[in-house]
Amino acid sequence: MFSEHILSWVIWLPIVGGILVLLVAGKDRQAPLARIMSLVISLLTFVASIPLYTRFDNSIATMQYEQNLAWIDAFNIRYHIGIDGISLLLVILTTFTTIIVVIASWQVIKKKVAQFMAAFLIMEGLMIGAFSSLDAILFYAFWEALLIPMFLIIGIWGGPKRVYAAIKFFLYTFIGSVLMLVAFLYLYYQAGQTFELSAFYNLKLDLSTQTLIFFAFFAAFAVKVPMWPVHTWLPDAHVEAPTGGSVILAAIMLKLGAYGFLRFSLPITPLASQEWAWLMIALSLVAVVYIALVALVQQDMKKLIAYSSIAHMGFVTLGIFIFNVQGIEGGIIQMVSHGFISGALFLCVGVLYERMHSRQIKDYGGVANTMPVFAAFMMLFAMANAGLPGTSGFVGEFLVIVGAFKVNIWYAVLLATILVFGAAYTLWMYKRTIFGEVANDKVAALKDINPREALFLGILALAVLILGLWPYPFLDVMHVSVENLLQHVAAAKAP
Amino acid sequence: MENIYLAIPLSCLIGSIIAGLFGKFIGRSGAHMVAILGVGIAFVLSLVVFKDVIFDGNTFNGSVYRWLESGGIPLEIGFLIDQLSAMMMVVVTFVSLMVHIYTIGYMKDDPGYQRFFSYIALFTFAMLMLVMSNNFLQLFFGWEAVGLVSYLLIGFWFKRKTAIRANLKAFLVNRVGDFGFLLGIAAVYAYFGTLDYGGVFGIASQFKDTTINIMPGVDWNLITVIGILLFIGAMGKSAQVPLHVWLPDSMEGPTPISALIHAATMVTAGVFMVARMSPLYELSETALSVIIIIGASTALFMALIGMVQNDVKRVIAYSTLSQLGYMMVALGASAYAAGIFHLMTHAFFKALLFLAAGSVIIAMHHEQDMRKMGGLMRYMPITGVTAWIGTLALIGFPGFAGFFSKDAIIEAAHFSNIPGSDFAYFAVMSAVFVTSFYSFRLLFMTFHGKPRMDQHTKDHLKESPWVVVLPLIFLAIPSIFIGFFYFEPMLFNDFFGSSIAVAKEHDVLKEFALEYSHIGGRGAFIAHSVETLPFWLAIAGFLLAGLFYLKKPEIPTMLQQRLRLPYMILMKKYYFDEAYEFVFARGARKMGQIFWKLGDATIIDGWIVNGTARAIGWFSAFIRHIQSGYVYHYAFAMIIGVFLLITFFIKLR
Repeated sequence: MFSEHILSWVIWLPIVGGILVLLVAGKDRQAPLARIMSLVISLLTFVASIPLYTRFDNSIATMQYEQNLAWIDAFNIRYHIGIDGISLLLVILTTFTTIIVVIASWQVIKKKVAQFMAAFLIMEGLMIGAFSSLDAILFYAFWEALLIPMFLIIGIWGGPKRVYAAIKFFLYTFIGSVLMLVAFLYLYYQAGQTFELSAFYNLKLDLSTQTLIFFAFFAAFAVKVPMWPVHTWLPDAHVEAPTGGSVILAAIMLKLGAYGFLRFSLPITPLASQEWAWLMIALSLVAVVYIALVALVQQDMKKLIAYSSIAHMGFVTLGIFIFNVQGIEGGIIQMVSHGFISGALFLCVGVLYERMHSRQIKDYGGVANTMPVFAAFMMLFAMANAGLPGTSGFVGEFLVIVGAFKVNIWYAVLLATILVFGAAYTLWMYKRTIFGEVANDKVAALKDINPREALFLGILALAVLILGLWPYPFLDVMHVSVENLLQHVAAAKAP
Repeated sequence: MENIYLAIPLSCLIGSIIAGLFGKFIGRSGAHMVAILGVGIAFVLSLVVFKDVIFDGNTFNGSVYRWLESGGIPLEIGFLIDQLSAMMMVVVTFVSLMVHIYTIGYMKDDPGYQRFFSYIALFTFAMLMLVMSNNFLQLFFGWEAVGLVSYLLIGFWFKRKTAIRANLKAFLVNRVGDFGFLLGIAAVYAYFGTLDYGGVFGIASQFKDTTINIMPGVDWNLITVIGILLFIGAMGKSAQVPLHVWLPDSMEGPTPISALIHAATMVTAGVFMVARMSPLYELSETALSVIIIIGASTALFMALIGMVQNDVKRVIAYSTLSQLGYMMVALGASAYAAGIFHLMTHAFFKALLFLAAGSVIIAMHHEQDMRKMGGLMRYMPITGVTAWIGTLALIGFPGFAGFFSKDAIIEAAHFSNIPGSDFAYFAVMSAVFVTSFYSFRLLFMTFHGKPRMDQHTKDHLKESPWVVVLPLIFLAIPSIFIGFFYFEPMLFNDFFGSSIAVAKEHDVLKEFALEYSHIGGRGAFIAHSVETLPFWLAIAGFLLAGLFYLKKPEIPTMLQQRLRLPYMILMKKYYFDEAYEFVFARGARKMGQIFWKLGDATIIDGWIVNGTARAIGWFSAFIRHIQSGYVYHYAFAMIIGVFLLITFFIKLR
């Protein structure tokens, strides 16, 4: 039973588990139980997701681990799930990151522990559901349902301006999604009353129709990525979110937007995607250069990392819209890598914040004197964020730059500025916070990381290094799916 | 042999990891033991490889593992062991070993002792991966990794404001170079479909006339674009004008790494890279021309700055810049062998000079200002004598190592017909005088003349311990003899075999060989040099330095006042730092502020996001009036609506 429905297990185990945590350990005095239950559930989910990789057949482009059941018969909405080489890594990234978040929130969250943990577990299941939906309405349901736990996490456990940030986050993403729903309904009728994605793929729509659908999708996905200029919700959301929320937001939620382009925009509207690629590329390049400069002048560490995220996601969207193997594969690897690195950097800021209750760069200085082990970890993650070869940060950026060079030398030139800017904002922040003489008494009193913190930073450090030193097995699973997608897009243009 | 190749970098890496992660448990002596053991093994094995390659003629080109594959193009980690890499491996591991031993003495009181050993062992690993690579990608890996370690080591004393400023600057300036370098690699990948040296060089000539479209109506030669982009990387790493600004500041790092990284090995990576790419560069005279002009400017203008510096390490740093310029001139003149030959001799004598300066700094209790030194010869004779040897090698005194390699470069520039080679010939020739002047100025101000230090320092002056002095002696030996032994094989006897390619029409060394054969042998060549211009320029530098700093110390002071403007320009290093700070550092921050405050906060959030919210607010306020609550209002609206719909359908159908 397990082996046929692995994917369903991976989706529903954390959701049911999360509800169970709420029911069994909902009271504040049961917090230790809630923590342990959540850890066990997240570990089980991760273990359950490993066979997805080991049993994955990377020689075929079709969906794997498929399950197709009737859900709402009246509208022919089906519970149809399955994954291919594009979604596989994102699913595993989700199960992996959730464990890190549970460990990282172990002692940090003191009030409403069960509710907090449950929100993350439920969100985990919903995200995996979104990554594996093959029915448009099912996808939409997971996609929208996701907003609720994240809204609560920011709104309840967030910082002082949490309500503003939560509402901004909600409205921004919700408005985009509504247009996507309209597009789905239109496609439903065009495809003969079905929400099957494969049916959508086979539609031969004309360019002007595709353009409308493309922009409806764009509204939903560009906000999630986020692409310039609809990015301003992200820094606010990150600053107010608790550390765990920031990690999930950066590591996984943003990927849903880029994933949407790959799963919906490109195959359903291939003509419009090619027609409007120039716009997507332009917006991505603005994200890379403009946002990098904005990141340079940030005073708040979380904001800086948030802006850095937007710049790095610019590589992903550009990679997708240059329509070559290196671009798309680089984009997907960049998503995974960014999950590790931005997650790790937010956790680093979290480690400091718990001790100093400040995220302002100016409140720090000379942390290396009192927290040498932490400084070493953060150095690694900072270098990874600057795209140092040997870390995961390099792989995706390199592939996208190479792919872009094939299309137009100037795309590559603008992308490559991240070598300078990425290093500038990351290392300048590092210099001001970690290096130097001990800046004040609070820094002098800092204690180095404890074993629990060393554990999650250590796991992420390994992930960053493994992906950087041997990306082969990560890319190996996606080749056929990516080729297939590119062929589908190219075929649309052929008469 | 494959296992030996693998063992060479890995032994350094293992040493680094043990010293770094377990430094606390194994203690200080444990840390230096494992690091030195690792590098020592690497050195011995490199000698084995050197013998195998040079004397037995075995070369190797193979991969270790597949790093990644995308679009059917595999990218691999692998080794190319040929004459060029075998020689580099010996130089790198030897200098590194000497510096490791020296460090025991130099860093003995430092709390970061284990960390330091971990870093320099890691550096050796990265540098070996760079020179042993058989493809562009791994070259870039090594390239960036040595940059990382350089960053960590310049900022080794991370409490010092100047140190952490210098290391950030070094990393960012190098990143500007890497920006070009990575684009060059991307261009190779996009057009050649492989990053393997063998694969690329094999088909390079087919792309001789390929152009790429830069903008509508502007097409540039592909090989030229690739050559220049890659060279931008070399300009960063090998500190060529105008990306040289980081190297003098890197002297904030501990002296052993100034010797190892910022003189002998890492900064020569750019020279090595260009020589490695010789099959590409030979196809583009434009790229060679750029190299020779940049190199010549660096050689001359940086040497001039060296004449006015007072910090002992900075003088040597500017000397390094200038010598790197010499090497670039050789490369630009297609005398790759001469460039690499100078790289090798320079690695020995410059490491020696830095370590000797370090020995002086230990004795002076970390005072680096030469104005507070003088007369040290008496107190530290071994350091003094080895510094003299290093200096004679540097200025190219007949018979010493630098004499052969520098003369070869001057001759190469002389015979070259590349555009810019006349300027290069003038620059390297005049720089001989300048080099001699600043070198002897350093020697005289430090080791000779009247002691100018305070009494306390003077009372404690003594020769450095044997761990410091021994490496000086070991480096002094090749600084004297290495040129004599390798001059003929490296320049004339096809030492490098197929690892370096030179087009027939560029082969300046052949012309030099012809001239050399008329002179007849090394002994005659040394004797002959007395009749040449460089020798007398060097002597003039020596005499002038002697006059200024031994006989009449008031002259320099007077000149400083008389020649205020040129003096200020040199003291301010041609104002590069100020200009960069103003244009780039401040400019970028200003732009960031504008984008953030104006773009994000005012326009996007202020007008569009919150503006939409406001607009919705107004709209709802307006709508509210319509929603009166009276049934007849609604009924009226419905009737109008029905009317409109009916009209619509009738008209359209």
